[in-house]
Amino acid sequence: MENNRFDVIVLGGGPAGLTSAIYLSRARLRTLVLNIGTAGGQMVLTHEVVNYPGVESTSGYALANTMKKQAKSFGAVLKNIASIQQLKLDRDLKQVISSDGTIYESDAVILATGGRSRELGVEGERQFKGKGISYCATCDGEFFTDKEIIVIGGGNSALEEAVSLTKYASHITIVHQFDYFQAFEYAVEEAKQNAKISFKLSSVISQFKGGDSFEGALIKDVNTGEETFLPASGAFIFIGYQPNTEILKDVVTLNKWGEIVVDRDMKTSLEGVYAAGDAIAKRYRQITTSVGEATVAALSTAGWLHEQRRKKVSVVS
Amino acid sequence: MLQTNLTHVTTANEWKKILEENENVMICCGRMGPMCIPVYGVMEDLEEEYKHVKFADMPFDSPESHVIRNAPEARGFMGLPFTFYYKNGKVVKATSSIQNEQQVRSILDDQFGENNQ
Repeated sequence: MENNRFDVIVLGGGPAGLTSAIYLSRARLRTLVLNIGTAGGQMVLTHEVVNYPGVESTSGYALANTMKKQAKSFGAVLKNIASIQQLKLDRDLKQVISSDGTIYESDAVILATGGRSRELGVEGERQFKGKGISYCATCDGEFFTDKEIIVIGGGNSALEEAVSLTKYASHITIVHQFDYFQAFEYAVEEAKQNAKISFKLSSVISQFKGGDSFEGALIKDVNTGEETFLPASGAFIFIGYQPNTEILKDVVTLNKWGEIVVDRDMKTSLEGVYAAGDAIAKRYRQITTSVGEATVAALSTAGWLHEQRRKKVSVVS
Repeated sequence: MLQTNLTHVTTANEWKKILEENENVMICCGRMGPMCIPVYGVMEDLEEEYKHVKFADMPFDSPESHVIRNAPEARGFMGLPFTFYYKNGKVVKATSSIQNEQQVRSILDDQFGENNQ
């Protein structure tokens, strides 16, 4: 029978999780990394990484593979699971129960669950995903050559991607919920000066519509409540990012955006539970910030474990 | 050639051969972009477990990939990657855009039987 007892369980196999695993394994702590999806996290989605210190240029995919290899070479165990069913972290022997019923146990846990692109969550979004609705302009822009499309969002991604989509589309309508943009001024100006782009502010999408193919969206004015149909061949959604912390809701303290609250040692509100990476409350989200935080989390965890074990020995003697 | 650890299908002839030689085939036709890479990753993770399925990739931009890009089942597809599932050489399922592990497993189990068969 497989031994599912570890010194530390790391939830998440992105740069934060893999960095934690490297440090913990090198400290001779039996470490398990539990990951959902492709190991490497959001990093693998980056075509080119040119700002990782010491690495002039690489793909996110290649960098993730190297981190994975490194973690394994020091003895870390990496396992893919479909999902987490339950977390029992408020006790000395912490438990992570995966969706297939397997119980993994450890003395400490590092939460490195990362984040993902935000979905709108309106009717029709899943139905037309890949068939009119997209989240990636570079991937799918050419499918909309000479077509009218909608771009949803008001931050840098939405404005910049809308401008980039004008290479293909005949016309773009940017739909945004507020009457102002959160994007940097240069991005707003560039979009405003582009003849192919028009704007519908103070508006939200209430539904995507179509039959066999995508036909457009119902757009609701947030002030008047009035709905109008905007015909289009596609819609690109760029409304930001959300942390993968749903499973942590009643487990550790989260802020109002669902981000894990940590102190400077990456300690959460629970004893023996630390966190790092894009799921924590912080301003800047980069591979390098995740790696730095994960180093602190791993060293803090190792230090805490050492102290706990030292205390046990003192009590016994 | 795509930078994955999967079997690479680069020509229409190779595509034909892989369908002839394998009962159950999953081919992901894409690029190295943010919607495609997660699917390759899922396939690499499942390959060891689903030994009765042949997993492969095919570069979307190659002229040889017309066998997938222009297939009737891809009509209406406007999101990369195009992922095709074949049984005895016939398309049994095709998806567009990113799919997660649960979605891929569900299709594999529905179309090719559970991985213990």
